[in-house]
Amino acid sequence: MSATNEKTATTEKTLPVRPARSPISRLIPPRRTRPGRGSTLLRHLLWVAVGAVAVYFVSYGIDPFRNYQLATVAAYLCVTAGLTMLTGLNGQLSLGHGALMACGAYTVALAQNEFGDRGVLGAWRLPVSLLLGVLVAALAGALIGVCAARLRGPYLAGVTLAVALVVPAFTTRFAGLFNADQGLSVYVDPAPAALGPYFPPERWQAWIAIGAAMLSLLIVANLVNSRFGRAFKAVRDDEVAAKLAGIHVARTQVLAFVVSAGCAGLGGGVLAVISQSVSPSVFGLTLSLNLLLAIVLGGLGSLFGAAWGALLLVLLPYLTTEVTRGLSLSPGLANKLEGNLPLAIFGLTLIIVMLVAPGGIQDAFRALGRTIRRRA
Amino acid sequence: MLRIARRGIVVAACLALVAASSACSDEAPSSSGGGSAASVPGVTDTEITLGTHMPLTGPAAAGYSKISPATKAYFDYVNANGGVHGRKIKYLVEDDGYNPANTQTLVRKLVLEDKVFAILNGLGTPTHTGVLDFLKTQKVPDLFVASGSRSWNQPEKYPTTFGFQPDYTVEGKIIADFVKKTYPGKVVCHMGQDDDFGRDSLAGVEQVLGADGIKERQKYVTSNTNITPQIQAFKAAGCEVVISATIPAFTALSIGTAAKLGGFKPQWVPSSVGADYTTLSGLLGEGKVLLEGLVAPGYLPVSTDASNPWVQLYQKVNKEFNGNAPFDNNIMFGMTVGYLTVQVLLKAGKDITRENLIAAVESGGFKNAAVGPYRFSASDHSGIGGMQMGRVTGGVQAAFGPVVQTDDGAGPVQEYTEAPATPTQNGIPAA
Repeated sequence: MSATNEKTATTEKTLPVRPARSPISRLIPPRRTRPGRGSTLLRHLLWVAVGAVAVYFVSYGIDPFRNYQLATVAAYLCVTAGLTMLTGLNGQLSLGHGALMACGAYTVALAQNEFGDRGVLGAWRLPVSLLLGVLVAALAGALIGVCAARLRGPYLAGVTLAVALVVPAFTTRFAGLFNADQGLSVYVDPAPAALGPYFPPERWQAWIAIGAAMLSLLIVANLVNSRFGRAFKAVRDDEVAAKLAGIHVARTQVLAFVVSAGCAGLGGGVLAVISQSVSPSVFGLTLSLNLLLAIVLGGLGSLFGAAWGALLLVLLPYLTTEVTRGLSLSPGLANKLEGNLPLAIFGLTLIIVMLVAPGGIQDAFRALGRTIRRRA
Repeated sequence: MLRIARRGIVVAACLALVAASSACSDEAPSSSGGGSAASVPGVTDTEITLGTHMPLTGPAAAGYSKISPATKAYFDYVNANGGVHGRKIKYLVEDDGYNPANTQTLVRKLVLEDKVFAILNGLGTPTHTGVLDFLKTQKVPDLFVASGSRSWNQPEKYPTTFGFQPDYTVEGKIIADFVKKTYPGKVVCHMGQDDDFGRDSLAGVEQVLGADGIKERQKYVTSNTNITPQIQAFKAAGCEVVISATIPAFTALSIGTAAKLGGFKPQWVPSSVGADYTTLSGLLGEGKVLLEGLVAPGYLPVSTDASNPWVQLYQKVNKEFNGNAPFDNNIMFGMTVGYLTVQVLLKAGKDITRENLIAAVESGGFKNAAVGPYRFSASDHSGIGGMQMGRVTGGVQAAFGPVVQTDDGAGPVQEYTEAPATPTQNGIPAA
C-alpha cells in the first residue's frame, strides 16, 4: 500500500487538482477477500433466504414496538447498503442521500394517495408505488451523478450538501403539492385479512421493510462481486490506473450513484409507508449526516457494516433517551437538561467509538475474530 | 456450495427451535370495556401512566419546553396530596424536537412499549397530525392536544382525540372582530405559518373581515428563519395592523425584522400561541421595548396578574414542585392542562377504563382557569371557546375588555357573561 502512496505522490505533482486516491480510502479497513466458490447469485440468494426466515420468526417473537423499530432499521438498511457501496467502494462522498430518500418518500406518498383517491384497488399498489419511488430517486441520482463524475472530494460533498438543503425549500415553494412543513399523510392498506383480525400492523410493516432491505442487499452484494464492483474499487483506488485498464471512470461513477440513489429511494419509500407520513424535516441535512455517520461507524465498505450502521441509527437515540430517563434529577436541573442530555450522550458515544474502533464496528469484530482464532 | 448448504440447514434448524418456543398466534386484546382496572393499559391500583410528546429542543422549544414540566409539577402536587382515587399520576415526556418523524416513533414507543393509559397534550399541528391514525387504531385517548388546529375536532373520524385551546379559526374571528371595532379603516394584513395553523387562522379572519378586508397575506415556514421578504411585502403594502398566526420565535422575528426595516411599526396582533410576553422579551433581549402596545388574545388569566386566585395557586405549585421556574403563560398553560386532566380522571371514576374516560370528557361542564367555556360534548371535541384580549403596557401584559366567544363557522362573536371559576381550597378539583 505504501508503494502506491509513493507513486500517487509523484502523479499528484502533475495533477494537483485531482488527487488520484480518494481520502476516504484511509477510513476503509484492509480486507482479505476469499474467492467465492460456486455461483455468487446462488450464494447470496441463500443468505437472503436464511435472513428472511430468521427475521420472519423474530418478528413473531417480539412485541409491536420492537417490530416497528425493526422496520425502521430495515428501511435505513436499504439506504446504508447503497451508500456504503458508493462511499466505501467507489470513493464518492454524498451528503445528499437524505434528499434522495425524500424523492422516494414523496413519490410513494403521492402515488399511494392518488391510488386511494381514485379508488384503485389491489395488493399491487404498494409495490408499484415503491417502484415509482425508486425510479424517481434513481433519476435524481443520475442527475447528481453526472455532476458528481466531474467533481472530486470537497467539491462533490458541496454539491450533494446543496441537494440536501434544497428539500425544505422545494416543499415550501410547491406547497400545493407537498404541503410545506406539515408534509403529507400516506394512505397505506392494512395488513391482508388472511393474516387474522389481531395481526399487529407493525409486524406487517416490518415484513414490507425487511423485504425491501433484503432486495437492496441482494442487488448491492451481487453488483459489488461483479465486474462493476471491481471497476468501482479500481476507480476509487486510482483513477489513472483504472483508465489505463480500460475502465470508463465517469460512467462507473454515475452507475454507482444511480444504484445507490435507487436504494435510498426505496428506503425513503419504505420509511414513508411505515410512518404513514412524510414531511421535509424528516429528510433534512441531519438525516444525510447521520447516514454517513452510520456507515462509517458500522464499517465503511462492508454490507455488514451497513447493517450495524442502520441498527445504530435507530438504537442510539432510543437508548440515550432510556438512560437519561433512568436518572432521577431535581426539577430545576431536569428543566435545564431535559432534551439536551440525550444529545450529549449521543455525541459522546460517537467520539468513544471512533477512538476505540476507528475502522468501525464490523472491523472491530473482525479483529476480535482474528485474535480468538490465533489464540485457539 | 455444500458447506454453505449445510450451514444454512443448521441455521434454519436453530430458527425453527426459536420459533417453536415463541407463541405464533395473535390473541385478541383482553376484555375491552367494563373490565377490572388490572386489564386497562397504563392503570394499576396505585398508578395511572400518561405520556406526551413535546418540543424540548428545536425550533419550537422557546417557551413551549416549559409546558410539560409545569403539568408534571401539578401532577406531583396532586400526588403529594393523595393522588386521584388513590392512584398517583405518572407523566412520561418525550422530546420530539418538533420533528414529525420523531413524534411517530416516540408516540409508538409510549403506547406500545411504555403502555400509557392516554396521550396528553401532545404539542404541535404538524407533529400531532401524523399520529392521529395510529392513536385511533390503538383506541388510545388523545386528550387536549396542545395546538389549535381544527383537526382535533372530528369526533366521527377520530373519536378519541380532543382539543384544548380555542381553535385557530375561533381565535382568528375573535381577533378580527377586535381589529374591526378598535382600528376601523386601517389597512389590515395577515402573516401565517404555512400549515393548518396559518390557514385556519386566515379562514377565521376572512370570515369576519371578508376576503378583501385583508390587503396583504404572507406565509413562513419554521425551517427558514429569513422572513425579511415577507416583512418587506407588508411594508410595501402599507400595512397598519398585522394579524399574525406565528409561534413565539417567529412573532419575535417579525417584530424585530420590521423594526430593522427603517421604522416599520405596524400594530402587531399575534395569536395567543405566539404572544407570551416573558418568552418574547427573552427572545428579543434589548429589543423588548418593541413589544410595548402589543395586543393579543388569551384564554387563560395572564401570568403577571398576581391578584388572580389561579395565578396564586400555580405560583405556589411552581415554587414547591417545579424548581421555581420563571413564571409565565406557558406554566399557566401546563398547569391548567394538569388541572383539567385531574378533573376528567376524577369524573371517569375509580374503575377507570379508556372508554369511560372518553365518556367523562364528552360529558363536558368543566370549569377551571380558562376564561371561556369548554365545548366538549359527544358531537364536539374542540376545547375552550372563549377569549379575552390583552395588552402590553409598561412591560406588563394585562387582560382588558370582555370575554368573547364564537364558533368555527359563521356564528357571531358575542360576549360570554358567566362569572370566572375559582380553584378549590386545596387547589385540587373536587371529585
